[in-house]
Amino acid sequence: MTAAARRPAMSVPDDSGELSLRDVARAHQPIRYGYWLLWLASVAVLLKFAWIVASNKNFEWGVVAKWLTAESILRGLAVTLGLAASSMVIGIALGLLLAVARMSSNNLLRLLSGLYIWVFRGTPLLVQLVFWYNLSMLFPVISLGIPFGPDLVSWNANDLITPLTAAIAGLSLNEAAYMAEIIRGGLLSVDPGQHETAKAFSMTRARALRRIIIPQAMRSIIPPTGNQLISMIKATSLVSVIAMGDLLYSVQAVYNRTFEVIPLLLVAVAWYLLVTSILNAVQSVIESYYARGEKGVSAPASHPLASA
Amino acid sequence: MTMPADPGTAPMPLVKARNVHKSFDRLEVLKGMDLDVAPGEVVVVLGPSGSGKSTFLRCLNNLESIDRGSIQIDGEQIGYQLRGQRLHKLSARAAARQRRRIGMVFQQFNLYPHLTVLQNVIEAPVGVHGRSRPDAEREALALLARVGLSDKVDSYPRQLSGGQQQRVAIARALAIKPKLMLFDEPTSALDPELVGEVLSTMRDLAEQGLTMIVVTHEIGFAREAADRVIFMDGGTVVEQGKPADILMNPQHARTRAFLSRFI
Repeated sequence: MTAAARRPAMSVPDDSGELSLRDVARAHQPIRYGYWLLWLASVAVLLKFAWIVASNKNFEWGVVAKWLTAESILRGLAVTLGLAASSMVIGIALGLLLAVARMSSNNLLRLLSGLYIWVFRGTPLLVQLVFWYNLSMLFPVISLGIPFGPDLVSWNANDLITPLTAAIAGLSLNEAAYMAEIIRGGLLSVDPGQHETAKAFSMTRARALRRIIIPQAMRSIIPPTGNQLISMIKATSLVSVIAMGDLLYSVQAVYNRTFEVIPLLLVAVAWYLLVTSILNAVQSVIESYYARGEKGVSAPASHPLASA
Repeated sequence: MTMPADPGTAPMPLVKARNVHKSFDRLEVLKGMDLDVAPGEVVVVLGPSGSGKSTFLRCLNNLESIDRGSIQIDGEQIGYQLRGQRLHKLSARAAARQRRRIGMVFQQFNLYPHLTVLQNVIEAPVGVHGRSRPDAEREALALLARVGLSDKVDSYPRQLSGGQQQRVAIARALAIKPKLMLFDEPTSALDPELVGEVLSTMRDLAEQGLTMIVVTHEIGFAREAADRVIFMDGGTVVEQGKPADILMNPQHARTRAFLSRFI
């Protein structure tokens, strides 16, 4: 027997029957019993838990419903949202300046910026708020002038500092320090080739930042900023120590009177959760705007990778 | 010993580099570069890695500042201003303005990923050179047609192949109507089958009289499109001359050793 005879014929394989048997496209798709069982169990447990909570008299859902849209609560909510919004806007603007200063070639700017960030990140927000509120006790007169020389303009601290200004000052200056580092991280994440290219096309640093670098940095800046905003919504509750009537303060004012602590806290929880959910949705929209041009995002008219 | 530039070229060189030295920390990368480039000349710079070719290119448009020597482009000293008898360093703004008529194409393309192809090309003309948007768009579309990418104007860079991205980068550099085009290893990051389309675009530009300084390893391009070939090693020019002379008949041992890897 020759070697050729022993080897199976290769020219015209008659395995059409074999192929239809072994084609992986026709493989059995197993039913993942374990997976679906787990789903069922989780849903059942969650439903049961929701039912237990909903029918628990101790939560006093009637009281929750009564106070959910009460006027004093809504006023507190407005203060919370207003404080959070204004502090974030100021914090982001100042944080951007600090971040750019921190990365500049000017040593003095870098040092001053670093000093600011160190102080405002290194001390508790609560302490900062108390300090701002009590500023008139420490510095009765606030003035601007030449160091060790004459003053140019001065104010009575009592006139400047109210619970509102102290709250905004405390929250925004603290936020600026954190935002500075988030923005700096985002700027660092941009490919260095982009800086160089913008420079080669004779863009000034400011123009390069505005048109090229920051838009690309936004992808890395948005998620932690969303975090900061959501934290800020809840951090505003600290202003209750300086007698600002935010959401938590209003809720506390009610339950200090009626002693219905849990239901009123649930009112606060419900509102915080609602606001946070809305912010989550907004964040997703903003993130998808800045992700245009990235892989996996919807393509424009022309077919990708078609040869020119 | 360097060979003198072809006496048939224009008398006033567009680029005049003299005794350029550049160090990074303790490492001296450029040790006395001299180069003249006439308007409309295509100069190809060859050399092993570490010879300072890319560094020298980036010194020409002041992306890197030089330590010693002088570089003049179109009569203007790069990075400095002569006031009376003293040289004063230019402010960042003035230095940026000097780069306006120098185009550059990078090895890594460096397109702006958040902008479409068309937006990439009109960014500098509209934002820096103050052209109106409709004018810039019209010129951009013409340039993109010239490099063969009319159908990609609304795509994002990520959706293009490497060769296409580099051609967009070339269009983007041409959009600023440069007097001088610098190419820093434009095809080194490309797959071999995409190199040809970029080189043919560059050949067209060379034929149209654009002043080009090209750092590359593409010997074929040097042979076909260059007016002059320069071999750099150790931070200086080892020899230079017509492509046929340098590539076929190198005078220096180092040049011969380098070219033997390619031929």
